[in-house]
Amino acid sequence: MRSVANLFTGLKYLSLVVACFITLLPLVVLFITSFKSKEEYANSSPLDLPRNWFNFENFVTAFTRGNMALGFVNTTFVLVVSLVGTILIGTMTAYAIDRFEFRFKKIIIGLFLLATLIPAVTTQVATFQIVNGLGLFNSLWALIALNLGTDIVSIYIFVQFMQSIPKELDEAAMLDGASKFGIYWRVILPLLKPAIATVVIVKGIAIYNEFYLPYLYAPNPKLGVISTALFRFKGPFGSEWEIISAGAMIVIIPTLIIFLVLQRYIYNGFTQGATK
Amino acid sequence: MGRSTSGRRVLSAVTRLAGALLPLAEPAVTAGQKKRAGRSGVRHRKITPYLFLIVPLAFLITFTYVPAANLIWFSVTDWDGIDKTKNIVGADNFIEIFTDPEVFRVFYVSLFYIAASFIQMGLALYFATVLSFSTRFRNLFKGILFFPYLINGVAIGLMFLYFFQPDGTLDSLLKAVGLQEVTTQWLGNPDAVNPSLAATSVWRYTGLNFVLFLGAIQSIPSQLYEAADLDGANRFQQFRFIIVPGIKRIISLSFILAISGSLAVFEIPFIMTGGANGSATFVIETIRQAFTFRQVGLASAMAVVLLVIVLIVTLVQRKLLPDDEVNLT
Repeated sequence: MRSVANLFTGLKYLSLVVACFITLLPLVVLFITSFKSKEEYANSSPLDLPRNWFNFENFVTAFTRGNMALGFVNTTFVLVVSLVGTILIGTMTAYAIDRFEFRFKKIIIGLFLLATLIPAVTTQVATFQIVNGLGLFNSLWALIALNLGTDIVSIYIFVQFMQSIPKELDEAAMLDGASKFGIYWRVILPLLKPAIATVVIVKGIAIYNEFYLPYLYAPNPKLGVISTALFRFKGPFGSEWEIISAGAMIVIIPTLIIFLVLQRYIYNGFTQGATK
Repeated sequence: MGRSTSGRRVLSAVTRLAGALLPLAEPAVTAGQKKRAGRSGVRHRKITPYLFLIVPLAFLITFTYVPAANLIWFSVTDWDGIDKTKNIVGADNFIEIFTDPEVFRVFYVSLFYIAASFIQMGLALYFATVLSFSTRFRNLFKGILFFPYLINGVAIGLMFLYFFQPDGTLDSLLKAVGLQEVTTQWLGNPDAVNPSLAATSVWRYTGLNFVLFLGAIQSIPSQLYEAADLDGANRFQQFRFIIVPGIKRIISLSFILAISGSLAVFEIPFIMTGGANGSATFVIETIRQAFTFRQVGLASAMAVVLLVIVLIVTLVQRKLLPDDEVNLT
C-alpha cells in the first residue's frame, strides 16, 4: 500500500515537472537566443547557451530599429484612455441598472446580455464600415472606441460588486442633500475600488496584448502599438532570430513583472472575469 | 509627438465636456422640480437612469448592434465594400460557403482546434485536481502553468515560429533524444501544420482553464473532503463524487467558451502562417474575403454563419445547464 502511494506521488511530481518543462522550453530558448551574436546564432543549436550573458546588443537593435519606444507610447495611450473610459462607462451602467427602477430596464439589460453572445471577432467585417464611416480608420481613437463599446464583462463585475454595497449608504447621502450624480461620484465610485482594480488588471492585460484591432484599424506604422510593432519584425528582420527573440522578450518582460508583483490579484481577477 | 499632443487636447476637451455636462444635467432637472413640486419629482427620477445609460448604450448600439444588423444585410448582397450600390443576391453567398470546397475547408480546420480544446480541458482538469491537494512548490507550479495565458499573442506566435522552424527548438530536441526521423516541416507540411498550430493554442490557453478549475475546486468546503476521508474514500472517489459535481458549472462554461473559441481562432495561425498551407481558419478566411478579395457580401455571410453556430452552441448549453447565477438583475 505504502509503495503504491509513493508511486502515485512520484507520478504526480513527474507529470508536473514535465508540464513545466514543456511550458518553459519555448520561453527559455527565446531568452537564450536573444543574447547570442549573429554568427553565434548561425553556428549553434537553439539549445546551446550563449557565450556572453551580457550581450544586450540585440535588445538595443530591436528596441530602436523596431520602433518599440513608439509602440510603448501608443500602447500606453490606448491603455490609459480605454481604462478610464471603461471604468466610467461600466460603473455608470452598473449604477443605473442596480440602483434604479425604470421602464425599459429589462430591455436594456437584455441588450447588454445578448451582446455577450456575439463574438466581436465575427462582426469586424461590418464594424470596419462603421469605424470608417465615423472617420476613425487609421486612428488610435478607433481602438479606444472599440475597447469601450464591446466590454460587457466589466459591467458584469461592477454590477456584482455593487449589489454588495448597502443601499442605506445611498439613502444617507440623499438625506444629506446629494444628487444622484453626487451619490454615484462620491459614494459608489470610491467604494467600487476593488472591482475597479479587477477590471484594470483583466482589461489592462487584454489591451496590452491586443493584436487584431490595431492590425485592422491602425495599420499606419506611426500608430504601431506594441503588438503591431512586434508583428512587423517578421518582415525586415526575416531570419535574424536573435533580434526577433530580443523584441519578443522586450514585450514579455513587462507582463512577467506585473504577474510576479500582482499574482494574487491576477488570479482573482481572471476567475471573476472569465466566468462572466 | 503631434499625435500625443492632439490626443491630449481631445482628451482634455472630452473631460471638460463631461465635467460640464454631468453635474449640469442634475440641477437643470432639480430647478424644474422646484417649480412644479410633487409630480415632477417622479419625472426627475424617471430621467436619471437614462442619463447614466446614454453613453454606454450609444457605444453598445454603434459598435455591436449596428454592425450585427449590417452584417445580415450585407450577407444577402454582392457588395465589394466600396460600390455605392448593393445588389441583392439572396442566398447565393450562403450557397457558396457550403459548396465552394476552398471556403468550406475552414470547417475542417476548426475540427483540429476543437479536438485541441478537449485535450486542453483534460490537462487543465488534471493539473487543477493534482494541485488542489497539498503539493510542494504549489505556487511555483501554478504560476508556471498559468503564465503563458498572459503573454502577448504576437510574442507567442514568433516564439513558436522559432520553436517549429527547421532545425529550430523542436527539431533540436528530437535529435537530442534520437528521434530525428520524426522531424518534419512542422508548419510547411499540410498534414502537420494544423496539429502544430492547435498545439500552440493548447500551450497558450491551458493555464486559464487550469486556474478557473482550481479556483472552483478550492471553493468546495474542506469538510466534504474530511468527511470523505473518514468514510474511507480514496482520491479517485473524492474526484468523482466531490470535485466533479462541485465544478460542473465552470466545466460546462469553459466547454462553451472553448467551442466558440475554436471556431473563432485567429491570432495564432494568422501570425504564424498567415493561413498558408491549408491552415486558414474561419476568421482568417473571412478577413481575406473581405479585405483582400473585396467580397464583403460573401465575408458577411461567413460571419453570419459563424455567429449562428456560436449562438446555437450557447443556447444548447443554456438549455442543458440552466445557470441560476449568471443574471444581471
